[in-house]
Amino acid sequence: MFYRESGVFKTTYATDMALYPLPITKWAVAAVAVLFIVIAPLMLGEYLISILNLILVASVGALGLNILVGYTGQVSIGHGAFMSVGAYTAANLIVRLGAPFWIAIPAGGLMAALIGAIVGVPSLRIKGLYLAIATLAAQLIIEWIINHTPAISGGVQASIEVPRPSVFGTVLKTQTQLYFFLMFFLVLAIVAMQNIVRGRIGRAFVAVRDHDTAAEIIGINIFRYKLLAFAISSFYAGVTGVLYTYYLGIANYEQFQINVSIDYLAMIIIGGLGSVLGSILGAAFVTLLPIVTRWVLEGMGGLLFSASDLLNIIPNLRLVMFGGLIVLFLVVEPEGLNRLWGNIRNYFRMWPFSY
Amino acid sequence: MPEFDLQFTLVLLTNGLMIGLMYALIALGFVLVYKATDAINFAQGEFVMFAAFIAAAGAYAADLPFWACALVAILSMVAFSFGLERVVLRPLIGRPVVAVIMATIGIAALLRGFSTLVFGAGTRAIVMPVSDEPIYLGPVFLPPVQLVSAAISLAFLAAFTWFFLRTRMGVAMRAVADNQQVAMAMGINVPRYFALAWALAGIVSALGGVVWGAMLGVDNQLAQVGLKVFPVVILGGLDSVVGAVVGGLIVGIVENLAAGYLDPYVGGGTKDFAPYVLMIIALMVRPYGLFGKPLIERV
Repeated sequence: MFYRESGVFKTTYATDMALYPLPITKWAVAAVAVLFIVIAPLMLGEYLISILNLILVASVGALGLNILVGYTGQVSIGHGAFMSVGAYTAANLIVRLGAPFWIAIPAGGLMAALIGAIVGVPSLRIKGLYLAIATLAAQLIIEWIINHTPAISGGVQASIEVPRPSVFGTVLKTQTQLYFFLMFFLVLAIVAMQNIVRGRIGRAFVAVRDHDTAAEIIGINIFRYKLLAFAISSFYAGVTGVLYTYYLGIANYEQFQINVSIDYLAMIIIGGLGSVLGSILGAAFVTLLPIVTRWVLEGMGGLLFSASDLLNIIPNLRLVMFGGLIVLFLVVEPEGLNRLWGNIRNYFRMWPFSY
Repeated sequence: MPEFDLQFTLVLLTNGLMIGLMYALIALGFVLVYKATDAINFAQGEFVMFAAFIAAAGAYAADLPFWACALVAILSMVAFSFGLERVVLRPLIGRPVVAVIMATIGIAALLRGFSTLVFGAGTRAIVMPVSDEPIYLGPVFLPPVQLVSAAISLAFLAAFTWFFLRTRMGVAMRAVADNQQVAMAMGINVPRYFALAWALAGIVSALGGVVWGAMLGVDNQLAQVGLKVFPVVILGGLDSVVGAVVGGLIVGIVENLAAGYLDPYVGGGTKDFAPYVLMIIALMVRPYGLFGKPLIERV
């Protein structure tokens, strides 16, 4: 990650697949872990930690979507709805049965995985654009069903208030406590994903992405792997929904509308399709974009515009930048931030003796 | 079930037909682009909204008459879609489907933010030079705005059918849609027809913007009509102009009947929901639509 080697010295597949290709990787990972687990919570205030929390939640969702879109090559515009499935499943369990988080989170994930697999069934017959539109339909239909079924949505305003999770008898009140809670799940998500994508399943996913008919001919059951990709990806989405519900303290379908699905797609496009680091970079980027825009404009915009104009300008400028960045990345740097990072590393690989 | 009421049903049906023709017009823009270039335009609704904003701005700022506003909108949209094809879509040729989908989604966000920034968040009106008095046709009454809009849609749908069947350019475009390599070998300038397809889509979006803006008023909610495009084109077949018309009519009628008969029971929202259920059924039974070309994959 932050080290550089002078060339490629791998001689076996085992070393190529290793989680830690060089001993120094372990130290680099440890350094990042220390930075985020020890130093960040000590240095940052509650507000900054709450922003970091948003990034943690978004990273889990982006990782999941990347399994589906980046590794398996199936498009989904319905991830917002899968998140809402997880969120409402967990909210109902928590409020009605008093379920603790270690039941609510897997339950939300499993429910979302089930719904996601059902939505994924047509992916055997239809692909590309048709699949995108089918998942768009799933997004709208799931949203409508949740909104119109009081038994799921809790009636008025379709929202359910959820208490903060309690770990070993301690209720997580502050953002810093919540930070450790969310960080635990993000680390779990990263480790799980690293192991999925570098193993047999991940290679099957990549084969399906690159050419599904060819993959079928070499003996990969594409129906099974497409459904599996949908299920795993939706599981991540469901968990994201539950975590976000814990973060907000409320489950509300408005937090999971189609623009959320698009935000997550933007994260993996900007971060880099088919990369773990890219998912996280993209999640951070897309989460920070509106926040930074607001900071800058509230700080400096007052010089140019009146306060009432700013209220109109900020959200729309955010939309313009969001759309513009997606297009810019697609046209100029299709492999996203992950690739930019890789370019920087390659530049320094032999530096300063590059020739 | 409310008692079967002939007049109520007739009103729903005629409204559905009128709206359906207008859906067909917007869906046509989508089909034109998909047919010729294989690109998927998720920003069709935003194109319509942007065109409507331009037309409304023409009426407000320069006090232009209705037809001049429409002309300004058409010209600007042609220029806009030409530029878009050149700058954004052309570099994406040959890239995975998700790239094109995301690019048009990005353009959609860009247009929505940009229009509100430039034209403001308030609702504007496009005034058609017709009276507000509804016209009574036996038991049903029709607002003239809807009649005129439906007539415009019908006229242009017919014009495009003629264009594709009878003109040299139309035939060349069909050839490009059919097989790009063979078209190229026959001496057709394929990139030029890609640009032409986008320009035509721009014209259709501008017309859609003018008629929808006249009916609903112009604000950024207008982009929502874009969501109706997908059920229409999936039902009709993604690459079929006739399919766009038939799909538009079916979706228009189904959503009006559903809204009339189901809304009282489920508490509203059926109008946006029913077309998508219909679409899912269509995807399961006949994924290439009523008039679409079945795709045979060769390896």
